Amino acid sequence: MNQPASAYFIEDRHDPNETHTLSVLVQNEPGVLARVIGLFSGRGYNIESLTVSETESQKHLSRITIVTTGTPMVIEQIKHQLDRMIPVYRVVDMTQTKRSIERELAMVKVRGQGEHRVEALRLADAFRARVIDATTESFVFEITGNTDKINQYIDLMRPLGLVEVSRTGVAAIGRGPEGM
Amino acid sequence: MSDKSHDPNQMTGAAMIVRALIDHGVTDIFGYPGGAVLPIYDEIFQQSEVQHILVRHEQGAGHAAEGYARSTGKPGVALVTSGPGATNMVTPLTDALMDSIPLVCISGQVPTHLIGNDAFQECDTVGITRPCTKHNWLVRDVNDLAKVLHEAFYVATSGRPGPVLVDVPKDVQFATGTYHPPRKSDVHRSYAPRVKGDATQIRKAVALLANAKRPVIYSGGGVINSGPEATKLLRELVEVTGFPITSTLMGLGAYPASGKNWLGMLGMHGTYEANMTMHDCDVMLCVGARFDDRITGRVDAFSPGSKKIHIDIDPSSINKNIRVDVPIIGDCGNILGDILQVFKAETKKPDIKAWWQQIAQWRARNSLYYRKSNEVILPQHAIQSLFEATRGRDTYITTEVGQHQMWAAQFFGFEEPHRWMTSGGLGTMGYGLPAAVGVQVAHPDSLVIDIAGDASVQMTMQEMSTAVQYELPIKIFILNNQYMGMVRQWQQLLHGNRLSHSYSEALPDFVKLAEAYGGVGIQVHKPGDLDGAIQEMISVKRPVLFDCRVAALENCFPMIPSGKAHNEMLLPEQANDEATAKAFAGGKALV
Repeated sequence: MNQPASAYFIEDRHDPNETHTLSVLVQNEPGVLARVIGLFSGRGYNIESLTVSETESQKHLSRITIVTTGTPMVIEQIKHQLDRMIPVYRVVDMTQTKRSIERELAMVKVRGQGEHRVEALRLADAFRARVIDATTESFVFEITGNTDKINQYIDLMRPLGLVEVSRTGVAAIGRGPEGM
Repeated sequence: MSDKSHDPNQMTGAAMIVRALIDHGVTDIFGYPGGAVLPIYDEIFQQSEVQHILVRHEQGAGHAAEGYARSTGKPGVALVTSGPGATNMVTPLTDALMDSIPLVCISGQVPTHLIGNDAFQECDTVGITRPCTKHNWLVRDVNDLAKVLHEAFYVATSGRPGPVLVDVPKDVQFATGTYHPPRKSDVHRSYAPRVKGDATQIRKAVALLANAKRPVIYSGGGVINSGPEATKLLRELVEVTGFPITSTLMGLGAYPASGKNWLGMLGMHGTYEANMTMHDCDVMLCVGARFDDRITGRVDAFSPGSKKIHIDIDPSSINKNIRVDVPIIGDCGNILGDILQVFKAETKKPDIKAWWQQIAQWRARNSLYYRKSNEVILPQHAIQSLFEATRGRDTYITTEVGQHQMWAAQFFGFEEPHRWMTSGGLGTMGYGLPAAVGVQVAHPDSLVIDIAGDASVQMTMQEMSTAVQYELPIKIFILNNQYMGMVRQWQQLLHGNRLSHSYSEALPDFVKLAEAYGGVGIQVHKPGDLDGAIQEMISVKRPVLFDCRVAALENCFPMIPSGKAHNEMLLPEQANDEATAKAFAGGKALV
């Protein structure tokens, strides 16, 4: 390896990246989301998707679902770094548990007439997308599913007059009777 | 309803802050007043339990509080105003975060109704300090203030210690509310650092240690942070096992430098024997250290044949840089105790005579060798002389950052913990002088010396004024080579000796400067005058700037060149121009 002259050891890392979905239970207090996001940007971690909402208002608990990519060592770091933050209660790697359900909701606006309109409706039916707004020249579809399904649906809508998409990001929950 | 005016727990936010400091046993704080903290200063004025040390720049307050904390094991406290007061604290907060120093900073903020208005001396203090604190708070209601302050002290001092900041708007300082003394429920339920080590892991660790043929103990600042018990247990473990021990820059003093199992510091400028022992060992016990990049050298060639045990209170330190075989999460004092207990019960004792013979051969390379001179003072010689002159005295050493820092670590022997204050993680030039102020406040009768460089010391020189004001007889021992020595060394070794902006063309006359501040200036040029001058410095009971003129172009060796492993160290006797050029051969600098 031809090392440039430097005070730092510069190395190439070749471990393959993995995608993981993390559920993070936090105290819902001012700045908590900024802390979590700041951790990711500050340490150079990736955020593929981020979903956050208060889930237990009496206890002021929020649940953050983060989809991230990195080498196994980086994913391990991310979990530990999150877990040591003061307002974080728990971090669960939903991908590692292999017992989780992931859902995302998207609203997809399609503009078109004639055969394109009919085709859009037909595909919506196949994907169990619902029409939630309609004009004579457009539809807004609501579709729920995992990320792949939604990506696939959007790709199909593209030649049929796709105008815009609004997505929620991934929410995840474990299967079975236990909570996180 | 009871008459609130007679309730002793009814008070203003400003009074609560002083009261909370007293309740947490704080006797000294470092700060600088300003518009947004005037109510707190008014309370400080009207009491005598907490002594306030007025610094000359908020960064000085932060480093002084760090020095105070590191030399006592108690949290350091700094008080600063909003805006520039808070932004000037960013460096010490980051420094304390990197070196795990318990620091509580209280900052003033503009009144709540002006927050977000770009008011005079407003800044987003919690936003700016979020990544450089362990946790921080903006207090919007005076009735939350007591709880937040108590939580702040708990978070700063428990688990892996670190800096915290409490931002208090001026109207909250004026408002009256209910104070309560510290209680358990003041702490986030989500924060519960683990202190007890897992018993199975401890048994696994002992099994490795008992069967080791080429073991090494590598200890760090975590041992010192854990407290006197951890230091005692570490020394006992070394005694019972007979293992060699090395330490990081932060961990110096946990095991005495005069101890027979001591290898010296490891890492980039560590000793040859320490680094070779790390490289060739078969079992490594890492206690309260974090496999930092200055320690490991090339990661994929780091101690390739060893089983690694890692004790750390912070789970995020495990497997961050180096994969370890037996991680044990918890307080190292606790875990060392458990390891000792299990080890003592173990019947098999490791036989490591051959290993010690090997280490003796490495030691014989004498990697800290330097050529003495009768004409010019060698910086290594200056530190050795200082060490000899202070032996047996009650001495505390702080440093700035650069060559002098590494020479101090190499040539000054530390026998006890809490005696060595240096900016390790962040590498903050300008740390040592204000840190010495903080150390001297905590230990008024001790000898406190800042081993400094001529460049670093000018970054926070203004705190000489603080030292003079509070009659703190700190000694600033400047190894003056007229260069930013470490920068110059890297430029020589890596950048074709193009000394871009590393020469100080216009140094002040440090003797006159000392006198201008009301301190004492001493200058020495000749090796023959050095010992006498050091004696003079020690005997003066006032702040001293000691201008020690040293060889200008001396390099700090041994060293691990970039991209090299522990067993590829460059030793001083090899460091002729040709060998140096070869060791550092590479492309043009990219970083």
